[in-house]
Amino acid sequence: MKIKRILSSSGGMNALSSLFAIILGLLAGFIILLVSNPSQAVAGFVTILTGGFSDMFNIGQVLYYSMPIIMTGLSVGFAGKTGLFNIGASGQFTFGMYAAVLAAVKCSFLPNPLRCAAAIIAGMLAGAIWGLIPGMLKALRNVHEVIACIMMNYIGMYLVNHLIRVTGIFDQLRNTTVRVPSGANMPSLGLNNFFSTKTAQGSIRPSSLGSGILIAIAACILLYIVLEKTKLGYELKSCGFNREAARYAGINENRGIMLSMAIAGGLSGLGGALVVLAGAGRGISVVDVLAGEGFQGIPVALLGLYNPIGILFSGILIAHLTQGGFLLQRLAFAPEIIDIIVAVIIYFSALALLFKNILSYIFRDKNESPQIEDDDEELEDDEASEADETNSLGSVEKEGELVLVESSLSENKTKDNNNETGGEPGDS
Amino acid sequence: MDTVIEMRGITKAFPGILANDNITLDLRRGEIHALLGENGAGKSTLMSILFGLYQPDKGEIYKNGELVRIQGPNDATRLGIGMVHQHFKLVHNFTVLENIVLGVESTRNGFLKMDDARTRVVNLSEQYGLSINPDALISDITVGMQQRVEILKMLYRDNEILIFDEPTAVLTPQEIDELMNIMKGLVAEGKSILFITHKLAEIKRSADRCTVLRKGRYIGTVEVADTEVEELSEMMVGRKVNLKVEKPFVELGKVVLDVKGLTVASKTGGKPMVNNVSFQVRAGEILCIAGIDGNGQSELVYALTGIGACDEGIIVLDGTDISHYSIRRRSNEGMAHIPEDRHRHGLVLDYNLAYNLVLQSYHTSRFQNHGFLRFNEIYNYADDLIERFDIRSGQGNRTQTRSMSGGNQQKAIVAREIDRNPKLLVAVQPTRGLDVGAIEYIHKQLVKEREVGAAVLLVSLELDEVMNVSDRIIVIYEGEIVADVKPDEVSLQELGLYMSGSKRSVQVASEGEEVEVS
Repeated sequence: MKIKRILSSSGGMNALSSLFAIILGLLAGFIILLVSNPSQAVAGFVTILTGGFSDMFNIGQVLYYSMPIIMTGLSVGFAGKTGLFNIGASGQFTFGMYAAVLAAVKCSFLPNPLRCAAAIIAGMLAGAIWGLIPGMLKALRNVHEVIACIMMNYIGMYLVNHLIRVTGIFDQLRNTTVRVPSGANMPSLGLNNFFSTKTAQGSIRPSSLGSGILIAIAACILLYIVLEKTKLGYELKSCGFNREAARYAGINENRGIMLSMAIAGGLSGLGGALVVLAGAGRGISVVDVLAGEGFQGIPVALLGLYNPIGILFSGILIAHLTQGGFLLQRLAFAPEIIDIIVAVIIYFSALALLFKNILSYIFRDKNESPQIEDDDEELEDDEASEADETNSLGSVEKEGELVLVESSLSENKTKDNNNETGGEPGDS
Repeated sequence: MDTVIEMRGITKAFPGILANDNITLDLRRGEIHALLGENGAGKSTLMSILFGLYQPDKGEIYKNGELVRIQGPNDATRLGIGMVHQHFKLVHNFTVLENIVLGVESTRNGFLKMDDARTRVVNLSEQYGLSINPDALISDITVGMQQRVEILKMLYRDNEILIFDEPTAVLTPQEIDELMNIMKGLVAEGKSILFITHKLAEIKRSADRCTVLRKGRYIGTVEVADTEVEELSEMMVGRKVNLKVEKPFVELGKVVLDVKGLTVASKTGGKPMVNNVSFQVRAGEILCIAGIDGNGQSELVYALTGIGACDEGIIVLDGTDISHYSIRRRSNEGMAHIPEDRHRHGLVLDYNLAYNLVLQSYHTSRFQNHGFLRFNEIYNYADDLIERFDIRSGQGNRTQTRSMSGGNQQKAIVAREIDRNPKLLVAVQPTRGLDVGAIEYIHKQLVKEREVGAAVLLVSLELDEVMNVSDRIIVIYEGEIVADVKPDEVSLQELGLYMSGSKRSVQVASEGEEVEVS
């Protein structure tokens, strides 16, 4: 009974729906494996599931890969909480990478720790500007943010490709930006050596993990606090839930839109900065392709149901699958198959919200009936009076159950706790 | 008299609620049968079952003694059951004639035969005294005319059982009179009418019998002629209700709201939505703005509260010119607003009750400290309001507002706005869609505000409310104030004439000064 109550609470339902999405996605992935190479399918499936934590090195790699997509996931999720769809994370991410590299290379006059900090701040600011522009267009000129964001993605990519050459940080041989001077990189704090593995020759093979992941985790916690505990979060969320009501309450929704987009952009930009400053030797490839991390942020955010803590875990999960897919190459699967499987899982994860509705239907409680009534309203939406009538009928029944509900108030409190940390999509 | 429709033991459950519990209803040929109940009593559900929109879980429907199953509106039409919905289902850029034949067009080789249809429609309209112009566009005719078109639609389909869902809600007193006459003419011609309402006076005037539902249960069927209005209301609510609002005498205070020459331009061009409107509200006064929906009330309120634009004119609140203030500043200056649409403006339905109760005050130092919300304060304050204003909800201050009933949502808004001790309370249709108990409650709160010396500006479409609650009435028609009267010096009929624009006692002079002319 208690389990059912927890499951039917909204937090439990969120986690469960994400879990369902993941399981279905994995099953679909397994079918693809079966079709492409039946003899190796089971082994391949096990690799995808367990490869990511088969040893410390792989765990380190998973965390390393999760870092940028957690940041872009937060970016998409934060804007989403405000009712905006930030599809521009890609451009913000790219611009953040560029600004971070530029600052790290050019600020040679600063001592190393400050140089690193300057690079991080530059990345954040650049991303924030790239997010603020569509935000301003939306707030002041009512341009839909999706259109503006997509345009900013392309502008960002081409502009960065051009600027890399102009500002003299182009490495012609590798067709990327020059390496960030090692002093400007973020300290690894020994994480790379802790998450490492011994090769057959006995030498230590460190992972690429550095202190960036700590910043990503801190960002998740910070955003959670901002959204749930502060006045700003209250304002931004009310803009997201009901813009008209926010306006009625005197909240400056235009300021909210701009601020939200700027913060979202800053998060993506920070993600870009963390990647280029991780010391893993990654630069910006000068190719005409939008940064994939920006788009991966969308399923990460959806799977985490826009909850910052949920996004932390969904980011790790997707990175885990990516790493598992990487290891799949040992089993003679074509690399494209791996991409397809990961994509299928991500695709299903986007259906998490759909599963949430289905689950809330299955686990509906008697006193949660009005949710169902809304369905009636849709069927009969042209008969406002009728919907009204059934709606208030719900209350009639509820008043009867008032005593019953109140007696279980203490349990409700635990439910609410669950709600607050809710949306954790099973961390595998 | 023989029975045309009999509904026996109808039970319909929606998840979690029993909307109809073993309800019995019989409709005789040639009678007007009223179906009375509060919001949520199950009237509309029952009629939707009869019209085939819902299937009952239990129970049977008999037509002329034969068991029938009504699977959808098409079945209902075939059985001669027609329905006029509260919100008309008409195509606005079609003519009257086109709307009437829509769905049952007679054609020859794929071409419409409109001439036959026209003859029939004209004949029907003469037979039943429903004069219409078949070639007028729906968008050009009045609401009362649109209702006639809906009735003609039913007659054109040879319906003999006519269901009216709250038909008077949108009409002026004159139009209501006409509708009553039309309905009597229809039953004289052998039609039978089921008439959903929660207005007792209309039942008394028109219906032969009345079936009362309460909370999904069947309470009884009475002969209207033998039953007093008070009895009906007691059957409907389940307790004695005070239909009259008690208003102690209050000395009028200083002018709290002074509006001078307020004009709101039309978005589409043409006549301004609010045209050079001037009025004053004093402390201790309830000023009611009466008028038919869509005559500029919403725009006027939006301009006052800052949600919408104010193109010309001055708004002075307690001596301060607030014409160019933001919404937040107006609210801080002492303006409270119970909005017209509680779901669109009044509440963030996805927030819990406590969050909604501080929607206007979350930014004060009481509820936040350096940008961090003070949850203890918020939830304690919510508990306090919930107790004082008797807001009922499933899980107290943490209830999702979406899951609350309309009446309690409205109570939450009223509590929030009143508890800010406003100088001016702007209440727009505060009782819309609420049942008698909740209406009584909200009226009491408005009167209480007046007693503590606030000025109340009430915008209402319900004439009963206008007459009962207000100290002074101004009537707005096409964005202009056409009357400024006291409720005890004006009759309902007179008010109806002002509202429909056929009479005016106030003319707006060029300086915006009001001059009595009649």
